[in-house]
Amino acid sequence: MLLREGQFRNPSGCAVSAVIDRSGKPMSGERMIRSISIMRDRSNGLGGGFAGYGIYPDYKEFYAFHLFYDSKSARQETEAFITRHFEIAYSSEIRTRKIPEVTDEPIIWRYFLAPLSRKLADSHLDEREYVARCVNRINVEIDGAYVFSSGKNMGVFKGVGYPEDIGRFYRLDEYYGYCWTCHGRYPTNTPGWWGGAHPFGLLDYSIVHNGEISSYDANRRYIEMFGYKCTLKTDTEVITYIVDYLVRKRGLTMEEAAKVIAPSFWTTIDGKSEDARREETFLRRAFPSLLVTGPFSIIVGYTGGIMALNDRLKLRSAVCAEKGDIAYVASEESAIRAVEPDLDKVYAPAGGEAVVYELYDKAEV
Amino acid sequence: MRIDAGNMSFRELADAIKNSSDKETVVDGCIGQRYIATALGKGRKIVISGTPGNALGAYLDGAEIELHGNAQEATGDTMNAGEITVFGSAGDATGYAMRGGRIFIEGDVGYRCGIHMKAYRDNRPAIVIGGRAGSFLGEYQAGGTMIVLGDNIGAKPIVGYFCGTGMHGGEIYLRCDKVPVKLPPQVKAERVETLPEYAGSLVRQWCEKFGKDPLIYTGKGFIRLTPDSDNPYKRMYTGN
Repeated sequence: MLLREGQFRNPSGCAVSAVIDRSGKPMSGERMIRSISIMRDRSNGLGGGFAGYGIYPDYKEFYAFHLFYDSKSARQETEAFITRHFEIAYSSEIRTRKIPEVTDEPIIWRYFLAPLSRKLADSHLDEREYVARCVNRINVEIDGAYVFSSGKNMGVFKGVGYPEDIGRFYRLDEYYGYCWTCHGRYPTNTPGWWGGAHPFGLLDYSIVHNGEISSYDANRRYIEMFGYKCTLKTDTEVITYIVDYLVRKRGLTMEEAAKVIAPSFWTTIDGKSEDARREETFLRRAFPSLLVTGPFSIIVGYTGGIMALNDRLKLRSAVCAEKGDIAYVASEESAIRAVEPDLDKVYAPAGGEAVVYELYDKAEV
Repeated sequence: MRIDAGNMSFRELADAIKNSSDKETVVDGCIGQRYIATALGKGRKIVISGTPGNALGAYLDGAEIELHGNAQEATGDTMNAGEITVFGSAGDATGYAMRGGRIFIEGDVGYRCGIHMKAYRDNRPAIVIGGRAGSFLGEYQAGGTMIVLGDNIGAKPIVGYFCGTGMHGGEIYLRCDKVPVKLPPQVKAERVETLPEYAGSLVRQWCEKFGKDPLIYTGKGFIRLTPDSDNPYKRMYTGN
């Protein structure tokens, strides 16, 4: 018998988890698979994904593109585009493990790319902007092709399924990186599809997000003025572009970007020291349309670090923990204890309080 | 009865607890299982070690829970009666819409502790927090008692922003000299040198549980927050 709404309980709410070894030591994706699986009840099988940093040391000079294709023709069209804009150092289908829990996967390819130097020089763009625009063009212009990862020495792996199954599907136990983020999805307003799973990536920025952005349209209208196109039928995408815009294009630090996305209330700012007041007032006034409202907890991954951030009212949970060089962030403490029962420090950051963990030596990557 | 929670799902664990006829049940190795001891009645005691999932002791109806570890979100959500003791800290929305019973936390609580707490006749809920409380403590509080003792909080304020927002009943005691944040105009703060008997008994009970000296924790002055009856909420939505 089909149970109707109210006759069954569907515990839900998306899950995020992340780990970084600040000494730069690589670990396999296995640990995050175990961590996220503890929060299985927060997902419903309609999306799961991981981002790993430091996973492609042999190709670290190249942009690693991961693509979903709906059809062979989409692949041909995309590869023609890629060949016009990049030198391909290596390309192949991403090796996956066939498991009954993950079905209907698209065609999944990986390319290690370097921009064609003549094309890049002619474009008068810096290299990262050139790559970001190419990603944007593929996603907007080529039907059935979607670049879901485009950074150097990092990769996003995602799909429709429970996150622990998606991790096994992509064989993440065989990848080694100094940092991993992951997400279990429970889509509420938008369809569950392969491209809509988290993390969302652009260049080396990746975002996992639990929550719902009430200000989505205001944020989208503003960010699209700068050439970004929101095409993925879900709200999290816009946070990725906001981070890319504020940090890469405008040169803000992660902490400053956090004060734009989740600023203190004016009444709270009034009670702060003069320096803090001046800084926070400036950031709020400079980027008022990038304030993100509604409940969220996010983890931003980037080369050499992670940042965790809650909405300013803290309407979603997040716990941070440390054990030696290793730092953790997750929706629930149990997801951290599952992989490290004995922790040096456990704490819950306040709403709007950015928690940043970076490699001790960022030059290492 | 002793249960090794290990890889049990929340439902398996909940059923194992519910179906036990033992007075005391010990749960070891708890890791993320939600809804433990939901609506459990009088005469049962559950002793847990590990990290239970959200909504520990939700709708609790008289049972006693003792947790050795930290609690996650919504501990004692809408609990009716009974007692929850946490040897550690608790997450957001601890004691959410609590209607009776007592919660004792050794460490800190997250955001929105005691939101929508209410009292009716003999049902008087109480929460005693050893450390500090996050923002929105006692938001929309309608009844009951909350006490924050401010133990081991370093330079951090004893309570976060927006304390008592929308409060219209009950009382909050903060063990400090001065309220560190701005209060809503509808909330009255007054200094009390000696705790009233009922609040004092709650603090003594907290001390007994966590092995602290009651003279230290009841001796110092408290700030008492109550809704200000001289400045009630009026004309917020309608003219009447």
